Amino acid sequence: MPGKNLSRRDFIKWSAGAVGFLAVGFSPLMSLLSRVKASDSASQTMPDEKRRAWCMVIDLKKCDGCVTIGTTPQCTEACIAAHFVPRGQQWIQVYQVELPGGGSYFMPTPCFQCENAPCVNVCPVAATYQNKDGIVLIDHRRCIGCRLCMAACPYQRRFFNWGAPELPPEAAFAEYSPLYPVPAVKGTVIKCMFCAHLLPHGKLPFCVSGCPMKALYMGDLNEDIASNGAEVVQLSKFLGENDAYRYKEELGTQPRVWYLPGHGQTFGRKADDPRTFKPATWQWGTERRRPEIFP
Amino acid sequence: MRAKHVESYSERLERVVLHPLFHTRRGYYFFVLFLLAVVAWGFYAYYNQVRYGLTVTGMGDVVMYGFYIVNFVFFIGISYAGALVSAILRLTKAGWRTPITRIAELIAVGGLTDGAIQPIIDLGRPDRVWHIFAYGRFQSPLLWDIIAIITYLVGSFIYLYLPLIPDFALIRDRLGQGGSSFKRRFYTLFALGWRNGVEQRQRLEKAIGIMAILIIPLAVSVHTVVAFIFSTTLRPGWNSTIYGIYFVIGAVFSGTAVLLIAIAIFRKIYHLEEYITEKHFRNLGYLLLVLLLTYFYLTFTEYLTIGYKLEAGEKELLQLVVLGKNAPWFWLFFISSIVVPAVLIIFSRRKTIPLVVTASVLVVIGMWLKRFIIVVPTLQVPLMPFEFGTYTPTWVEISIGAATLAGFVLMFTLAAKFIPSISMWEVTSESGGEPPAGEGRAK
Repeated sequence: MPGKNLSRRDFIKWSAGAVGFLAVGFSPLMSLLSRVKASDSASQTMPDEKRRAWCMVIDLKKCDGCVTIGTTPQCTEACIAAHFVPRGQQWIQVYQVELPGGGSYFMPTPCFQCENAPCVNVCPVAATYQNKDGIVLIDHRRCIGCRLCMAACPYQRRFFNWGAPELPPEAAFAEYSPLYPVPAVKGTVIKCMFCAHLLPHGKLPFCVSGCPMKALYMGDLNEDIASNGAEVVQLSKFLGENDAYRYKEELGTQPRVWYLPGHGQTFGRKADDPRTFKPATWQWGTERRRPEIFP
Repeated sequence: MRAKHVESYSERLERVVLHPLFHTRRGYYFFVLFLLAVVAWGFYAYYNQVRYGLTVTGMGDVVMYGFYIVNFVFFIGISYAGALVSAILRLTKAGWRTPITRIAELIAVGGLTDGAIQPIIDLGRPDRVWHIFAYGRFQSPLLWDIIAIITYLVGSFIYLYLPLIPDFALIRDRLGQGGSSFKRRFYTLFALGWRNGVEQRQRLEKAIGIMAILIIPLAVSVHTVVAFIFSTTLRPGWNSTIYGIYFVIGAVFSGTAVLLIAIAIFRKIYHLEEYITEKHFRNLGYLLLVLLLTYFYLTFTEYLTIGYKLEAGEKELLQLVVLGKNAPWFWLFFISSIVVPAVLIIFSRRKTIPLVVTASVLVVIGMWLKRFIIVVPTLQVPLMPFEFGTYTPTWVEISIGAATLAGFVLMFTLAAKFIPSISMWEVTSESGGEPPAGEGRAK
């Protein structure tokens, strides 16, 4: 019967159409899933080059906020000097956190280079992305300045160049790359990038080498190794034996920065040490000004 | 037998509705000039912002969104008047809606255009807007927004334009030899050769019917994805599953209130009392009350569930909103958008129009404040130890906000001079050429 034939053909046609429609509709989701997987199977995609999984370990027993030596935080200072960081931005920032029994400890916070990075997920133009070594970078030639990544970051580790950055003249000689975002670009988001320009050359980030207490360790999860410049440790053992934790672990962002709890006791700092923290300083730039109605 | 010609219903409708298209008072020009001045001032403010960067705003690294995003949510919300009245009321065959559909659709188009430009004003690099189309990533909620808003904007334009065709044709025919050649050419072009044939009419009705259905999912999607911009982040308050529907209801709520204000103004200025009657205010007023209660219910649910648990970040947010720095705005919203309008509408049996319109004005003000409460306090909550955000808008942001509002009003003011504010052919066919019983008021 022609009627039945036709309906079967229609059925096949429609189901093929529906499958095709679903496939098209869900293909963005599939790409999401496959992207998450890609970070696990590292060696398959990069056969020629050794794949790194850079991470940082911060030993809070050794971090005293530089109060025992009476200086501003040296990690922040080293970072500012090396990257010509615009005034007001602290790519690695030291927070003073209260302890439950009174007193405080110091917590240096670089960008946590999350594996499930909320900032990377929301970027509308792929200006922020993870490189093959798991570092979250920003391409300032592409960033449109929507600041959705700043809203998405649960650690407040991203900064915005609200106006034209005021930098020392020598910053102009730097050759820009997402690995070394100097000079800063007006109207774009900027942050710590683990000194991705130094790591391939076997050098430590500026904050790690700048820390007088050797509290910061740079490590590679794949090689299971970490170093603060003075000693080399086996990463997994080091994290396990020192009760390492990650900040806001419950958010599921999987940060690549681990903390070892403490309050600077290695250098004799007591939790209720009265010496005060000195905030970081800049050699360039002025406090953010807002123009009058008739500038 | 009377010798004097008695004006028929459709003739009177034509005379009243078309009057503003051909007669302009001096006050009109002053008003347009005033609005243009405000818009020009906004452009000057924006020029400053482009020149010096977003540093001229009150936003900072902690509170990185401000007035622009508040206005974005607010104006997109207003555009819901169009979707609601023209589509939902059409599908439910609420005949009384006909005289207000045109104004509702104008609000939709105006609100959307105004809302859609806000994120662009908010961009740090407006010169790179094209990157969104060149490098757009579908994973980003911002891209969902752009797709949804553009689709809804196109849909709203079509939905505004389709019922305009017969009206444009009518004006074209009435113009005859009178009127400037520009006007004649304009109406001839946009009437698309409409001859009011049976087939033409059927096709138009069909097209409008399809658009009425299409526009509803489009509208719902727009404010849902606006909500997703916020609720796809890990921030206290924003990290919420209720936000999609909460934003949609809030949008219909504020859209209806703006519609009530708009029809009251059009009615008064262009003497549309015969067509926009007390019944419209009563019905829309009750609709507003239902939406108000729904919005209150959702607000209550939202705050109860976070307030009961008092999770660390949520607790700080709640303190900030209910007791702290932002408490005046929150309670002003509550009184102005929920309590007072509810009382006004419930007791609006007599003096319906003034009371319902007053309630609408309060709702609109309160709903703007609510959008501020949604956007800013969440960003003020410290995500890291000891970092409390502050936000004070600068003159640049206030000027651009004022210019946006002026632009919205300006669009209406200009549209009133070349678009009939009532869909004449629909009203005529609705009434069958005669005034509906009990509604018409003889002049």
